[in-house]
Amino acid sequence: MPQSGQPNLIAMSGFILFIALSLVITWFAARRTRSTRDFYAAGGSVTALQNGLALAGDYMSAASFLGIAGLVALSGFDGLIYSIGFLVGWPVVVCLIAEPLRNLGRFTFSDAVAFRLRQAPVRVASAAGSLAVIAFYLIAQMVGAGNLIRLLFGLDYEIAVAIVGAVMLAYVLFGGMIATTWVQIVKAVLLLSGAFMLAMMVLARFSFNPLALFSSAAAQYGPAVLAPGRLVSDPVDAISLGLALMFGTAGLPHILMRFYTVPDGRTARVSVAYATAIIGAFYLLTFILGFGAMVLVGQDAIRGVDAGGNMAAPLLAEVVGGQAFLGFIAAVAFATILAVVAGLTLAGAAALSHDIYVNVFRHGHATEKEQLLVARYATIVLALVSIGLGIVFKGQNVAYMVGLAFAIAASANFPALILSMFWKPFTTRGAQASILFGTAATLLLIYLSPTIQVDLLKHASAYFPYRNPGLFTIPLSFIIGIIVSLAAPEPAATAGFAKLEQQIHFGAPDDDAA
Amino acid sequence: MTRMNDSASRLVTLSAARWRLSIIITAAMTLIYVGFILLVAFNKELLGTLLVPGLSLGILLGVLVIVAAWALIMVYVRWTNANYDVAVAEIHRAHKEGR
Repeated sequence: MPQSGQPNLIAMSGFILFIALSLVITWFAARRTRSTRDFYAAGGSVTALQNGLALAGDYMSAASFLGIAGLVALSGFDGLIYSIGFLVGWPVVVCLIAEPLRNLGRFTFSDAVAFRLRQAPVRVASAAGSLAVIAFYLIAQMVGAGNLIRLLFGLDYEIAVAIVGAVMLAYVLFGGMIATTWVQIVKAVLLLSGAFMLAMMVLARFSFNPLALFSSAAAQYGPAVLAPGRLVSDPVDAISLGLALMFGTAGLPHILMRFYTVPDGRTARVSVAYATAIIGAFYLLTFILGFGAMVLVGQDAIRGVDAGGNMAAPLLAEVVGGQAFLGFIAAVAFATILAVVAGLTLAGAAALSHDIYVNVFRHGHATEKEQLLVARYATIVLALVSIGLGIVFKGQNVAYMVGLAFAIAASANFPALILSMFWKPFTTRGAQASILFGTAATLLLIYLSPTIQVDLLKHASAYFPYRNPGLFTIPLSFIIGIIVSLAAPEPAATAGFAKLEQQIHFGAPDDDAA
Repeated sequence: MTRMNDSASRLVTLSAARWRLSIIITAAMTLIYVGFILLVAFNKELLGTLLVPGLSLGILLGVLVIVAAWALIMVYVRWTNANYDVAVAEIHRAHKEGR
């Protein structure tokens, strides 16, 4: 039985090493962050491989590492629905989103949505959608971090969450996108090598045959662990979750923002290919980690430490590699969380400052200095909010929470982005209606679902029977956007479509110089 | 002037071709994944079938879905890098000279 709640010296040094390293990166980056373009988009000078690693770093959050390993360990095959669902969104991103987005905007995906529409109303709506996604995503990361620190240092959950908030604040505040990108790259390499080492140490006990591992899981917990059915028992829920995961990726503000850090559309496209290769390899490893934890740690021991199963991977590390390896894996997991939180916070700050303050309150006229100042204030506000939310949502599985963030992204951001870039008759009101409906309906259905009504509020039943609303909210957001646009055409928006098409292919006229 | 029209019409053809490929790949990925999810939702017994000890059909198909995502992205990136980029650069040049 692995011990928990004991301060672990090696783990602590691992943490401190990573944090020190990333603060050094931040310090170097801070000296290079002079303009808003540096702060939000790393000056647009990131290469394809760098951006691929950074995309993977942004994407492989606590949900991927801690959450999925825990779900697979506790429910077998059904946890893999998340692994697979998190990957299948990427072909959609590369085919429909990456290049047009890069060529149409500067800092946030709202730039592309608002391209030919009226700026202020669209930006307010899409900033609201982004912030809702970011809030749910942040909750998941904070819950993961809190549990991890409690497992290792025996610190209080609340203090752990506050520490994560403070460190992440430092990265974003001073280093902006340059620091965040490098922190993501370091973290992606660490996470991939850590997961690979862990998987190899597990497989070493099964003569390097994954099938022997799966057999032994089936022998210990029954053949049902290799078949679907334990976690997603309702067919509608399974489809709904699947759709949210697939189309959510293409609506995540912190992922979309990465496409502005590269010089052109081609680099954006190639960077997705790198990212998908890395992320896919990582998700294949989660198969091994999850079943490895099920067999070697045991389901009861995992549940004993955290009801959500989030500590399966660190506990597995302790079983196969002892305290030292636990320290390493915990440091990797912590790095993962910090980096994702930094990326999310930066995207949130961009939505608040670039979309709302500069383009709505100042009608696009604000000095660079003023914009950076507002972005930094926005960062502080977001850090405080995320610390608060992390404390409220203690005890949820982090992969599941991220699934909800994906549902909001797929319903609020994805339909408006697609319609604006590819459907000529789309209007400002259509975009507003689609984004606001998608955000509000998804949040409402989550509130009415068993997660809040039964798990959190302890009611006997829920008003809405499904745990993930994607199946209903994604098509409805498209339909509402289309109906509202057709009901009241907007000639200026339709006329702007030709320029939009031109720019999707050639990029902005001043892009060559930049 | 004819040159402008020429490049404009080439752009239309080219963007239609890329759009078609994008749609095909998105549709293929959706079909593969939704097919997988439908099996998960409605035919649990089938996915639980053991092909060899330790390997259920569900796990095999899951790995294949990940491989399919890789393959589809490779097809798209290779096609656009080899065809689309070159053609867009040519049109861009012609466009600038024509002015």
